Amino acid sequence: MSEAIWGGIQGLISGFANLHWSNPIMIGIGCLLLYLGIKKDFEPLLLVPIGFGAILVNIPLAGLMEEEGFLRIIYDAGIMTELFPLLIFVGIGAMTDFGPLLENPKIFLLGAAGQFGIFLTLALALALGFPQRDAVAIGIIGACDGPTAIYVTSKYAPHLLGAVSVAAYSYMSLVPVIQPPIMRLLTNEEERKINMGVVRKSVSKTTKLLFPLVVTVIGGLIAPRGLPLLGTIMLGNLMKECGVVGRLTKAAENEIPNIVTLLLGISIGATMDGRIFLKPQTLIVLGLGFLAICLDTACGVLFGKVMKVLTGGKINPLIGAAGISAYPMSARVVQREGQKYNPKNYLLMHAMGANTGGQVGSVMAAAVMLSVLKGMGVI
Amino acid sequence: MDNQTFAITMIVVGMGGTLLTLGIFSLIMSILKKAFPYKKEEEGK
Repeated sequence: MSEAIWGGIQGLISGFANLHWSNPIMIGIGCLLLYLGIKKDFEPLLLVPIGFGAILVNIPLAGLMEEEGFLRIIYDAGIMTELFPLLIFVGIGAMTDFGPLLENPKIFLLGAAGQFGIFLTLALALALGFPQRDAVAIGIIGACDGPTAIYVTSKYAPHLLGAVSVAAYSYMSLVPVIQPPIMRLLTNEEERKINMGVVRKSVSKTTKLLFPLVVTVIGGLIAPRGLPLLGTIMLGNLMKECGVVGRLTKAAENEIPNIVTLLLGISIGATMDGRIFLKPQTLIVLGLGFLAICLDTACGVLFGKVMKVLTGGKINPLIGAAGISAYPMSARVVQREGQKYNPKNYLLMHAMGANTGGQVGSVMAAAVMLSVLKGMGVI
Repeated sequence: MDNQTFAITMIVVGMGGTLLTLGIFSLIMSILKKAFPYKKEEEGK
């Protein structure tokens, strides 16, 4: 009798008895992510499920990430198959207006420059001793594009998924803090005052319809390994622009990304088991991710300066900072910085063009990276 | 492949490839804009 009672009590305290030192720390980190999402409004749609997932997976003996655990089932079904990031991309394509980019297609180049940090950070990660596939996953944080980072990392370095995803989404939400000092450092007052005029509405419906087809076919031929990324974002955009599949567009803008974001977030959080996550390597990954976004911003602004010279002073280099994929935050940052130095300056739509160019650029950079890796035999 | 060769290849071909591809998009879209100019009648459609 007393043995049965003792056994029953042991059953109730076994969770505490099996607590690893890293679990309470990770529960604290989960709470911090919840705080940032709920109180500070930093990417709440992602940080709330990620934070809660991190708490769930750090409670011992629940077995949520074991073979039959519900988080493992979601993770295997959506992350390991790469399905979740791709479904999110359909939504991004359906929600993005590429009109400002198509008004001035030269701005595509800023979207390319805004991705250079990916490749520079990859080289730095290699120099720090990371294996090649891990370095690819770390560099991709610089895409400043959560689904792209998740897609590439889940494919080639799934053990880094938690760190890379948290870095990508946290830094995206910190763009208003990270970018302005770099923009000010690399431009002078005269450049920041350049007025780019008003964006005219001058893109025909036919051009808007042809855009997703051109990007899919040409981009797919150049970098076929990235076609899932390119194809899904462009499918979403085609549905939006064609105007004849309203119900599908509505689902792509709302229901699909809402459900997938929840499942994606909670399964990323589930990769943050303290025993795997709490390593010095994680801190280095977070540091390199930060550097990647700083380098992207710097390369974008510097390329903006080159374009300013080439166009005879018509381009305000500040819009180069919006060449990263953090849409629409970085465009708003550019608008705010521009107006600080010239209250009559209205850079928002130009920056939105660069920002959507950055979205295409980040996907294309990942696609190019995957195809180059395949060509070199690394993957 | 050693890390140095890998890093240099990724920087040169990766950055160059991304810039070139977006340059091609820019060029094609500029041509399409001219081929299918915006008409005022499209407003409200």
